[in-house]
Amino acid sequence: MLCENLSPSVYICENFTILDSRMELFITRYIQLKNHQVIINGIVEYLSEEQSVSKLLRSVYRRSNIDYPKFFKMDNLSKLGFLSAEILLQGTDILQKYPGEELGIILGNASSSLKSDEEHQEFIRDRKKYFPSPSVFVYTLPNIMAAEIAIRHKIKGENTVFIFERFDHGFIYNYISELFRNQRVNCCISGWIDCYGDRYESFLFIAEREDMINRYKELQECIIFDPLNIEKLFKGESISWKI
Amino acid sequence: MVDVFIGADNTITSLGFSTAGLVEQIKANQIGISIYPGGNLYPTPVPLSLVDNRQLQDLFRQYLGETQPGLQPGSFTHLEMLHILSISDVLKSSGVNIKDPRTLIILSTTKGNIDLLEKDSYPVIEPDRIYLWKLAEFLQHFFGNPNKPLVVSNACISGVLAILIGSRLIKAGMYDHIIATGGDIVSEFVVSGFQSFQSLSPAPCKPFDAARDGLSLGEGCGTMVLSRDHSLCAIPEKIIVAGGSCSNDAHHISGPSRTGEGLYLAICRALKEAALDPPDIDYISAHGTATDYNDEMEAKALSRAALEPVPVNSFKGYFGHTLGAAGIIESALAIESMRNNELFRSAGFENPGTSKNINVLTDHIAKEVNHCLKTASGFGGCNAAIVFKKI
Amino acid sequence: MEDLILKLKKEIINVLNREDITPEDIDTEAPLFGDGLGLDSIDALELIVLLEENYGVKIEDPKEGRKIFNSVKTMAEYIQKHQKN
Repeated sequence: MLCENLSPSVYICENFTILDSRMELFITRYIQLKNHQVIINGIVEYLSEEQSVSKLLRSVYRRSNIDYPKFFKMDNLSKLGFLSAEILLQGTDILQKYPGEELGIILGNASSSLKSDEEHQEFIRDRKKYFPSPSVFVYTLPNIMAAEIAIRHKIKGENTVFIFERFDHGFIYNYISELFRNQRVNCCISGWIDCYGDRYESFLFIAEREDMINRYKELQECIIFDPLNIEKLFKGESISWKI
Repeated sequence: MVDVFIGADNTITSLGFSTAGLVEQIKANQIGISIYPGGNLYPTPVPLSLVDNRQLQDLFRQYLGETQPGLQPGSFTHLEMLHILSISDVLKSSGVNIKDPRTLIILSTTKGNIDLLEKDSYPVIEPDRIYLWKLAEFLQHFFGNPNKPLVVSNACISGVLAILIGSRLIKAGMYDHIIATGGDIVSEFVVSGFQSFQSLSPAPCKPFDAARDGLSLGEGCGTMVLSRDHSLCAIPEKIIVAGGSCSNDAHHISGPSRTGEGLYLAICRALKEAALDPPDIDYISAHGTATDYNDEMEAKALSRAALEPVPVNSFKGYFGHTLGAAGIIESALAIESMRNNELFRSAGFENPGTSKNINVLTDHIAKEVNHCLKTASGFGGCNAAIVFKKI
Repeated sequence: MEDLILKLKKEIINVLNREDITPEDIDTEAPLFGDGLGLDSIDALELIVLLEENYGVKIEDPKEGRKIFNSVKTMAEYIQKHQKN
């Protein structure tokens, strides 16, 4: 059933060569939030009229039919990450399949929490009106967006936020492969969450092992987890083959 | 099976510009936290641990003069000076070549060049060095390393994570050597933020103590060389990264879990990977920030992992909480303890202050240390644990 | 007092970013923490800033916070008692 030689066994990335025996890992679901669109498994599910990021995020929240008041306390970066994970996970059963300790969150980001940083800096600009806000300050760390996802879905395993200039599909592939190979995770949520002002982009996917995808029909819809496929999905290019 | 050796390390804190110097100060019970009277960093007096700026400027100017005479100190931020001096120090002693394509730089920082947000702070420096990836690339190009550096920014566990991830990359065959460098400055941004959380102590902090009332912020930089090739290591003892893990409490964005279950999970996994049981651990370098909640949570996690009898300390009573640098500076000190078989008093501790009876060090003592556990926890409910082993 | 209570409710909604509720949703005497509005530790810190910034009232002992922020009513009473005129 598995196509043996479709993916390279040697992946050349940046300045090094990775020799990697075939890992039976698959991307079982992926979503993107960009250009005012919510895209699930490559299909545009929702197109928003909203112009500002804040209004867009609010409209996606309302459409997702959840009741989570803490959403309104988050900064836009965390809202983007939270909603992306919400949409990603609403269509799967991974939270039932895996205990929280076996789930990992590995994210890439470029701007860190710069918008919240600027907001906090503004609160301390004037010594005569000096009222720093703890609820703003808490969001001045990029890993809080991963924390909000972890708290909502009780994800307790490996969690790391890497800061890249651009999404580094090669590194993400290599690092997640390592996590699976050494049984540090049994399922991993990964991708790219970035937001600064009206510039935003999210790409999240679920990576699972083949032996945990138990129905033949499910496997038909999965994408082999390899660096070229990750890159294509991120760019919104079609995958010419699946299983 | 690849062993990842600790090759060399450097630390820069209020107590000096080298690890050996820092150890001397600790042995002499020097505390590097003093009352900042109020000024640029915060309007009112607050205890802080600051690197000696005059000495930093002198050392940096001297270093530039010797290595890159065309460059001016004004082209570097405060944090960049710390990182460059720290990295250059480890390169002096270790045989690892930073220009080698098999060497990767990993940067650990929570806020990077956050002082670039202050108006007119650095008139000639490009503002996009506020981006952490840009700061990392700046260091990469300064030292002529060919690889885009990895940047880890996960609150206060970043330093431990950098070492842990670095060791994983070496074991996976992606690189042979890692230069893990962690740093954070004390800035008005951070001081005011922590004050809004009411988490700063009005006096030098007292980790694990019954009278603890908050943390003390410190600035610093720590750099550690990891290598699969012991012949390139400056440290003659064979000390390896034996295992490690990170986890999330999944509880609250700023408050740690009340049960310590996240840290407990990380500790268990670290021990398992290192093929060790709790009685095998000779010493624990804890996170110990001296806040009410962190220290209590950490004590609970250690107790749950059957580590109550193991001698434990926090270094934050000496030089404060150095955020992105903490995991690396404190790991470097733990390595020193392993090398010299001596443990250091947990500064600021007098009376037990947690519900669990952990064994906080009250004196400097001689003890054989073959296996050491380092823990860290941070905002966002993240936890990390790493085990160092002498082989 | 009624004016102060309504003003406080609006301010609480604003500083805590609770777009999902209106002043009418907040019961003046109901607990703010725990079951009531379900505020957490960061919210408590924000309320301390609110009192100082909008009313000039500084809470000297943070441990008093529990009692002062028990409900909108206790907050209003504290402000009236400590606000410098």
